[in-house]
Amino acid sequence: MSAAVGDAPEVTAEDVRLIDLTKRFGGDVLAVDHLDLHIPAGSFFALLGPSGCGKTTTLRMIGGLEVPTSGRVFLGDEELTDRKPYRRPVNTVFQNYALFPHLNLTDNVAFGRRRKGEKGSDLDAEVQRMLELVQLGPMGDRRPSALSGGQQQRVALARALINHPKVLLLDEPLGALDLKLRKQMQLELKRIQTDVGITFVHVTHDQEEAMTMADTIAVMRAGRVEQLGSPVELYERPRTEFVANFLGQSNLLEGTVTGHDGDQALVEVHGVKVRAPAEDVPDAGPVRIGVRPEKIRLVPAGTSEERGERNELDAVITDSSFIGVSTQFQVRTSWDQELTVFAQNRVPSDELRGGAPVRLRWSPEQSFALVGSEH
Amino acid sequence: MAAAVETETETAGSGRTRSLLPYLLLAPGLIWLLVFFFVPMLTLFQTSLQEGSLQTGYTLTWRVANYTEALREFSSQYLRSFAYAGIATVAALLLGYPLAYFIAFRAGRYKNLFLLLVVMPLLVSFLVRTLAWKIILADQGVIVSALKTIGLLPQYGRVLATSSAVIAGLTYNYLPYMILPLYASLEKVDPRLVEAAQDLYAHPFTAFRKVTLPLSMPGVVAGTLLMFIPAAGDFVHAQFLGTPSQYMIGNVIESRFLVILDYPTAAALSFVLMLTILVLVLVYLRRVDVEEVL
Repeated sequence: MSAAVGDAPEVTAEDVRLIDLTKRFGGDVLAVDHLDLHIPAGSFFALLGPSGCGKTTTLRMIGGLEVPTSGRVFLGDEELTDRKPYRRPVNTVFQNYALFPHLNLTDNVAFGRRRKGEKGSDLDAEVQRMLELVQLGPMGDRRPSALSGGQQQRVALARALINHPKVLLLDEPLGALDLKLRKQMQLELKRIQTDVGITFVHVTHDQEEAMTMADTIAVMRAGRVEQLGSPVELYERPRTEFVANFLGQSNLLEGTVTGHDGDQALVEVHGVKVRAPAEDVPDAGPVRIGVRPEKIRLVPAGTSEERGERNELDAVITDSSFIGVSTQFQVRTSWDQELTVFAQNRVPSDELRGGAPVRLRWSPEQSFALVGSEH
Repeated sequence: MAAAVETETETAGSGRTRSLLPYLLLAPGLIWLLVFFFVPMLTLFQTSLQEGSLQTGYTLTWRVANYTEALREFSSQYLRSFAYAGIATVAALLLGYPLAYFIAFRAGRYKNLFLLLVVMPLLVSFLVRTLAWKIILADQGVIVSALKTIGLLPQYGRVLATSSAVIAGLTYNYLPYMILPLYASLEKVDPRLVEAAQDLYAHPFTAFRKVTLPLSMPGVVAGTLLMFIPAAGDFVHAQFLGTPSQYMIGNVIESRFLVILDYPTAAALSFVLMLTILVLVLVYLRRVDVEEVL
C-alpha cells in the first residue's frame, strides 16, 4: 500500500486522465485551473461543486465541446486533447437533454449509430431494446415534446448509451426533475451504470445526488479539486472547511492543540478539553474541530455518564424545530457560538426545551480536525 | 332563494359576454376584410366575365372566353413571371440563408445592428430603390465597366434591359422578406442541439444538415412564400430594369387596367394569376409537409 504512494497510479486501457488541464475564457476568466484528475475505468465518478467551480467546463473538455487552453486529456493511452467531439468514443447526457425536437424517439436514439453508417433491421432492433431498457418501449414514434421530463431524461440516456461509449458524461442530468423523480432516477442511473459497466462522469451541484450515486467524488472549487475521495471519506474526514460545509452541515470549533495521546490529538476549545482524530494534526498551533450535527448527543445538563472517553460541552438550547424523523436543535455555547444538533425522535423529551441548559456529547472518532486557515 | 336565482342569472350573463368576446375581437378584422377584400374580389370576378368596349360600356354576359383568350395570348408573360419570381426566390434563399445564419449564431452583440442593416433599405421607397438600380446597372456604370474589364461582358454588352437585371432587382428588393423569417427560425434553434449532434458523431456539416436545417424549415417556407408571391405579381422591376420582352404578367395587367382600359381581360388575368399562385403554394406546402416541420 505505502509503496504505491508517490508512484503514478496504474493506468488501464480506458481510464480518463486529465493532466494539468486549464481553461480560460476571454483571456481572464479562469474556469479550470491546472487540474489533474484520474478517473478509473468503470467507476461512477462525480464532479461536485457550486456553480462556477469549473465542473461543467471540465466535463465539456472531456467531451471535446470545449478546447483546453493548456493541458492534456487522455483516455487510456490515447490522447484526446485536440480531437473533435464527433471523433471521441465519449457521449454526453446534456443538462436539458437536448433531444432533437424534429425527430421521434426512435430517430433520436438511432442518431449516433446512423452517423457511423449503420442502418437496417439490426439497428432498429437495438434501438427498440434500448428504448425498452429505459422503459419507453412502445413510444418510439412519439416526439420528445410529447414526453414528461423524466421520460425525456431517459431518452437522453438511451441516445447516449446505445453508442456504447467508453465514457458517459452526465451534465446535471437530474437537475430539471422534481424531487421524487430525482430520487427514483438516482437509483435508476446507479443500476444502469452497474449493468453496463462503463465509466460515468457525473457533474452536479447536489451533494446528496453525488453521494447517492458516485463511488468517487471530486469536490471542485474555483477550477481546482478541493478534495477527492469516496462519499464516506469526504463526509467523515473532510480536509477543508469548504468540503465540510459543502457536504452536509458541520459545527466547527476553534481550538489550540495541546498535545497527543496515542492516535488522538488533545485540543483546548475555549477552555474545554476535547479529543479529536490525530491524523495530520501538528503538536501545537490552531486547529478547528468539526462535528456533524447528527453525531452529537444531547442530554439534560447534569446528567452524569461515565462511558468511554467522550467529549463533553455545556450549552443552552436556543431553538428547536421538529422535522418528523428528527428534531433540529440550535444551542449556544458559553462563548456564544451557535451549534446545530440533530436528535432522532426516539424518546420524546420534555426536558429539551428552549432555554434549557444541556450537555453535548460526542465521541472523538466521530469528529474531524481541520488544520490550516481556510483562505 | 331569490338571491341564489339572481346570482345564477348574473353568472349566465357574464358567461354569455365571455362567449361573445372572441367574436368581438374578430369583428374589426373581419369587417375590414369583408369590405376591402371580399367585396372587391366579387366585383373583380364579375368584371372578368363582362363583355363590351370602353365606348359601349361593359355588361355582365358570363363570357368565360375572357379567361381562355387571356391565357392563350399572355401565356409567355405568365411563364416569365413564375420563372423570374422562382429564380429570384432561390437566389434570395441562397444569399439570405448564410446571412441569417451568421446573424443568428455568430453576430454576438452586433445582432441588432445587422438586423437593422437588413431592414434599412425598406426605409427608402420601393420605387426609389428600383430607380437607383437603373443607375447602378447603367451602360456607363461601374458594374458594367467592371464586368467588361474582367471579360465577363462583351464590349457592347449590357446588363440593364435584360432578364438578369429584372431578376437581380427582384432578388434585391425582396431579400429582407426572405432574411427576416429565416433569422427568426434560425434564432430559435438551440445551439445545444448542434452540440448534441456533434457529440453523437455528426460532422459539423452533417449536424447542420440533420439538425439546424430541418429546424429552420419554417423560416425557409415563410421566407420563400413571402418573397415568391409578391414577386410573381410584380411589374415595377420589368418596367424599369427591363424592356417589353422582359415584361411579366403584372405589366400586362397594369396596362390593361390603366392604359388600354380593357377591364374584363385585366380582371381575368388577375384571377388566373391568383389561382395559379394559390395552386403553386398548396403544392409547395404539401411537398415540404409543414406539419412535419413545425
